[in-house]
Order: sequence, then structure tokens, then C-alpha cells
Amino acid sequence: MQKGLFSALLQLADDHLVLGHRLSEWCGHAPMLEEDLALPNIALDLIGQARSLYTYAGEIEGVGRDEDALAFCRIEREYQNLLICELPNGDFAQTILRQFYFSSFMLLFWEQTLKSSDATVAAVAGKAIKEAKYHRRHCGEWVIRLGDGTDESARRMQASCEILEPYLGEFFHTSYDSLEISQSGVFPDKNTLQEPWLMDVREVFQAANLNIPDLTHAQKGGREGRHTEAMGHLLAQLQYMQRSFPNMAW
Amino acid sequence: MNSQANRAWLAASAVLDPEVPAVTVADLGILRSVEMDEYGRAVARVTPTYSGCPAVLAIELAIEAALRDAGFDPVIERSLTPAWTTDWITDLGREKLRAYGIAPPVSGSSSKRALFGDVQVSCPRCSAKDTSKLSEFGSTACKAHYRCNSCLEPFDYFKCI
Repeated sequence: MQKGLFSALLQLADDHLVLGHRLSEWCGHAPMLEEDLALPNIALDLIGQARSLYTYAGEIEGVGRDEDALAFCRIEREYQNLLICELPNGDFAQTILRQFYFSSFMLLFWEQTLKSSDATVAAVAGKAIKEAKYHRRHCGEWVIRLGDGTDESARRMQASCEILEPYLGEFFHTSYDSLEISQSGVFPDKNTLQEPWLMDVREVFQAANLNIPDLTHAQKGGREGRHTEAMGHLLAQLQYMQRSFPNMAW
Repeated sequence: MNSQANRAWLAASAVLDPEVPAVTVADLGILRSVEMDEYGRAVARVTPTYSGCPAVLAIELAIEAALRDAGFDPVIERSLTPAWTTDWITDLGREKLRAYGIAPPVSGSSSKRALFGDVQVSCPRCSAKDTSKLSEFGSTACKAHYRCNSCLEPFDYFKCI
């Protein structure tokens, strides 16, 4: 149970850290000033959520690893994030669409996690759900604006749908460990989130004139530490300071 | 509340928010409580506004310093429950925000209307109700950016969560 809980917390924390890092790459490069504020703001929320999760994961593991040790001092195969989180940003449409998918999923996930049997996990959910709601709304509006916008924005949005489609199924993939954790009531069973998530996506996609994605042929491996080529490059940047100056502090 | 705890509360609650130095941590509801523990230490419970708020550490350090200056042995505890919402901001805090030029959050923030509908934000300078949202994200994690259509002044809005 403890091992399963550690792994479940780590997976969730890795999703948030890696996606938060990706979003932070937009700082200073977004297509407009408002988005230059929005994307790093969302990144801050995600990294803040990751911190709470890593800290608790370290406590559960009980060998003295803190949030920094978990975030910065593991090798690539030890990261268990979803592949979609590590994919390069692509253009603005692709970044926003990924963020919409993720925030919509997390909103449903945190809603179910509010009644977690684990008090610390429920507390993190209580905090994170408010932020996920804000992100989901912001990104959903962009998906509609771009999908239902000019020929060029619609073309880019539809192209982003096709690029991201193979990575959607992994959201709902349950491993042996995660099954155990959902049975003990700590986290929801991700399988049960697929239908409500698709309903949310369908509603936005209909307004955006986009084709509903197909989840049947899913790329998997992130949860087992098998990553895409992009992950090594991401970690090289993410871990640079701790690798160059071990145990450095501000 | 005994007098020691009361004195500790007064010291800690006077700390100003580093990003909005018009309001104290008590006005914002970030400082939840200060209690004396069995070892005679002053335990301050602090809750973050946003998970990733970069000011959290600065706030904790400032509270610690304020308690130490008042002669206490401080302990800072970070607490996530109950989750902070804009409803924790006191009425006095709201007035101070407005006077400082930041529109306070529309009350009843936890309602769906505040999250998904459009709320009416009044201009903190001229009180006009005719305002428009420029950006959902602002200069800090807790703010959005608005403009008054009446006096044309741009302003920060302390967003509802």
C-alpha cells in the first residue's frame, strides 16, 4: 500500500513538474502579452502542486528524500509522467490544446480526490481544484477561439489535435499499483474519468468545429519510465543547476 | 486566548503582504492562527493563496522574524486545509485593497457564477461598474487585469478562487 501510494504520488507530481517546466519555456515568447503572463502563471500553479505532492511522496517513502531530491536528482527512467506532458510545446495552438486536455482531466480527477481516504491528498486536491478550474476555463476559451477562428488558426488547431491524439489514452491507463490505490480510496479510478472527460472535450470541440479525438490507439510507457526522445533534453535543462552544483541552495 | 498568545498574534498579524503591502497577512486570511505550544513556542499556521505563490516563503520568513523580534521562539506550520479562498479576506482587507487601487474579489467566490460566469467588477478608483477584463492573469498569481471603461484607468482585480 505504501509503495503503491508513493508511486501514485510520484506519477502525479511528475506530470505537474514536467508540464509546468514545458509551460515555463513560453515565458517571454508567447504570441501576446496576456498569454506571456498566463502561461507562466499556470506553470507556477502546476509546479506549486508538484511541490506539495513531492513533499508528501518523500514522507511516505521515508528514506529522507525531500521535494528537491525527487524533482531534480532522479534519472530519466525514474520519472513516471504521462508522455503528453513532456512533448515539445509545438506552436501556441498545440500548447493550449494540451493544457486544455490536461486541465480538463485534472479538474475531474481532483473533484473525485476531494473525498480521498487520505487527508493530506484531500487537502492538496482542495487547493489544486480551484486552480485547475481556472486553467480549464482559460484554455477551453482559447480552443474555441482558435478552432472556430480564421482558416489558419483552425488548420493549426486541427493539426494539433492529430499530433496529440495518440497520447490521450494514457491519461486513463491503470496499472496494478494504481488499481490498488483507487481501491483503497486514496485516488479515483482513472478509467471512470474517461466518459466525463470525453463529454467535456466533445462540448468544447463542437463549439470549436474540431473533430473529436479517438482514444483507441494509445501510446504508453511514461508511467513505466519509458519516455520519448524529448524527455532527456527536457531533464538536461530542468536538472542543470542541481547536476552542476549538487545540493546548491539560494 | 491567553495574553502570551494574544501578544504573539498581534506581532504576527501586523506583517504586511510582500506583493500587496497595503494589507496584512491577517487581512488576507493567510495567517490562520498563532498559538503557544507546550514548549512555550509560538506556533503560527500559515496557508498559501495559490499552490505556486512565490511569496509564501517570504511571508513565512517575515512572520518568523516578527515573532522573534517580539521575543518569541517561532514555529511556522504550513497548512492546506481548509483551502484558502478569497472569502478568507476580511472586510477591512477588502477596503484596504480598494483604497490601494486593487479591486477586491467579488464576494461569494466559491459559487459557480463567480468561476464560470462573468462577474461585475467595480473600478477601485471611480467606482464605475462599466469595466472590462483585459487579461485573466495579472502581475501576480492572485490577480487579473481589468480596465475601467468610464475613467479609462487600468487596474488589478484580486481574482476569485
